[in-house]
Amino acid sequence: MATTPAALPDTRAKFIQRVRTGDPIAHTITGMAAASILAITGLLLYHLWAGSGLPRETFGWSFVTGSAWDPVAEKFGALPFIFGTVVTSIVALLVAVPVGLGAAIFLAELAPRRASDALTFMIELLAAVPSVIYGLLGIFLLVPFLQTSVVPALTATLGFLPIFQGQFLGVSIFSASMVLAIMIVPFIVSVSREVLLAVPQDQREAALALGSTRWESTWKVVVPYALRGILGSVFLALARALGETMAVTMVIGNKPQLSSSLLAPGYSIAAVIANEFAEASSQMHQQVLVELGLVLFALTVLINGAARLMIYSYKGAEK
Amino acid sequence: MTKTIRNFAAGAAMLALAACGSSEQAPQRLTGIGATFPEPIYTKWFSEYQKLHNEIQINYQGQGSGAGIRQVTDGTVDFGASDQPMTDEQIAAFKTARSSGILHFPTVLGAVVPTYNLAGISAELNFTPAALAGIFLGKIKKWNDPALVSANPDVKLPSAEIVVIHRSDGSGTSFVLTDYLSKVSPEWAAGPGRGAAISWPVGLGGKGNPGVVGLVKQTPNSIGYTEMIFAIQNSMPAGRMQNAAGKFIKATPESATEAAASVPMTADFRVSITNASGDGAYPISSFTWLLIPDKIQDAAKRTVIVDFLKWMLGPGQSMAPALQFAALPAPVLEKELQAINNIQ
Repeated sequence: MATTPAALPDTRAKFIQRVRTGDPIAHTITGMAAASILAITGLLLYHLWAGSGLPRETFGWSFVTGSAWDPVAEKFGALPFIFGTVVTSIVALLVAVPVGLGAAIFLAELAPRRASDALTFMIELLAAVPSVIYGLLGIFLLVPFLQTSVVPALTATLGFLPIFQGQFLGVSIFSASMVLAIMIVPFIVSVSREVLLAVPQDQREAALALGSTRWESTWKVVVPYALRGILGSVFLALARALGETMAVTMVIGNKPQLSSSLLAPGYSIAAVIANEFAEASSQMHQQVLVELGLVLFALTVLINGAARLMIYSYKGAEK
Repeated sequence: MTKTIRNFAAGAAMLALAACGSSEQAPQRLTGIGATFPEPIYTKWFSEYQKLHNEIQINYQGQGSGAGIRQVTDGTVDFGASDQPMTDEQIAAFKTARSSGILHFPTVLGAVVPTYNLAGISAELNFTPAALAGIFLGKIKKWNDPALVSANPDVKLPSAEIVVIHRSDGSGTSFVLTDYLSKVSPEWAAGPGRGAAISWPVGLGGKGNPGVVGLVKQTPNSIGYTEMIFAIQNSMPAGRMQNAAGKFIKATPESATEAAASVPMTADFRVSITNASGDGAYPISSFTWLLIPDKIQDAAKRTVIVDFLKWMLGPGQSMAPALQFAALPAPVLEKELQAINNIQ
């Protein structure tokens, strides 16, 4: 440090110069990229908050607990929409996680590499299909299939459960959950497979050397090692399910009600915003829809936070 | 690197120059946003009008009546379009925002029809106002309800439960139907009321006209409602409605025009023609309007709008029936031609 750069040989001086200026520049650029995410989230939150003043003042917390939705009388409650959003997302995850994880394990651990790559390519194609296409497939293929084959079998075997009771009209919370499940499986598979492939080979070899079977090494060593990444894929899938609009509105029935049965029609937050915003002519109606956006934002944060907490406490208990 | 930047800058400058140069002879551009229902005829009109006047470009986006009213009030478009007349509050809001009035110009007429899916029944069913209101209120639950059977003595109606399908998105179609139901059923007026989006007592929601048609086609024993055009395009059965004169009328462009002719027109054209009194009037009919400010600063734009309106009320009207839109009755056309003079 005492020597001045001029006293050093030319190349060394250049090297030191590079170290001194290069890193701060990279630091600033990446820092700005990270800050932009914060700024976008902040702006979004600000606009949702500022754009929903009227209903927040009028309804207060009863907006979240009320279940009336009457644009003519200007009575608004968000509970049926919150219910529909949460239930469809959770049911979709219950179906998609086992399927997605199973497929990822097979593709990463068991399938020949070539077949695995080809299948993964197809799965990634599925992830790029626009959601309106899933909605159309849902209404013209999946709903009739559920109506003729799946639901009669379900009500015959599990009909004693309240969640499988009542009349099934095709469009329902159950149909929306199934379409969502199909939509989010590709996310879980393609991310989980990458994570499983990244598990070091020594882990598998060590497990096999200790006398475990192939399946034991996969399930007890490889999967726990990759758990964090797998959960990441599940969160990504959950976020997509919570915010999905087009595909859901086409098959959910768009009826704001609370029903104990999955076979009954429902409604979701994103769907009602998309449906009513263009024609919302009163100030109150518009602002209520913006407030629903705020509720969806809060809901996403809450559910993701709760899921993370659950996982950390589970991990802590294991140790 | 610097060279690329310099080239890029030079290119951008040339583009900017080119843009300035061409704006001298640029076509006169007008933009409008509004109702989706009349979009097919508006698109046809604007392209035909452009064939006559090469230098004029009219761009229309069917984003919904609510969006049309909102954007014309914000001043982001030259004109709006709506399936429902602006309310007094909306007109007041327009006056404060734009310091000018807003004029309603009826363009064509539409009709809303009940459409249904009943296995083995292809006949046009008759609906009385009370029966239709009862179905959408959830009071009439079965297809063989006496109210339906007595209006359709020749049809064997099944004892199946009625599944009601309505629009889930806010829509002018819903407004016209609920406006009609509010007029014929006090219970409906006191309950759900009239609006583009309302709280439906029963039923499932489909998104857009295609969503409703899709759900009706897939759900046995269902009933929905759609614009006459969509029922025709999708070869769906359309019910005949009993009008105020007691006759069962099929929805056609002619019966909608007759409905418009039988209602006295007001000076501001904000008239509901549901439940019209005419003998052959189809009762669930409605105007659709262009919303035009009565003060237009830009003289060139004003000339174009005035000229287009005159053309639309003349040769434009004859293009309507081919697209299944109902043309306006002659007295309304005359009245509108006079109202055009109010645009300053």
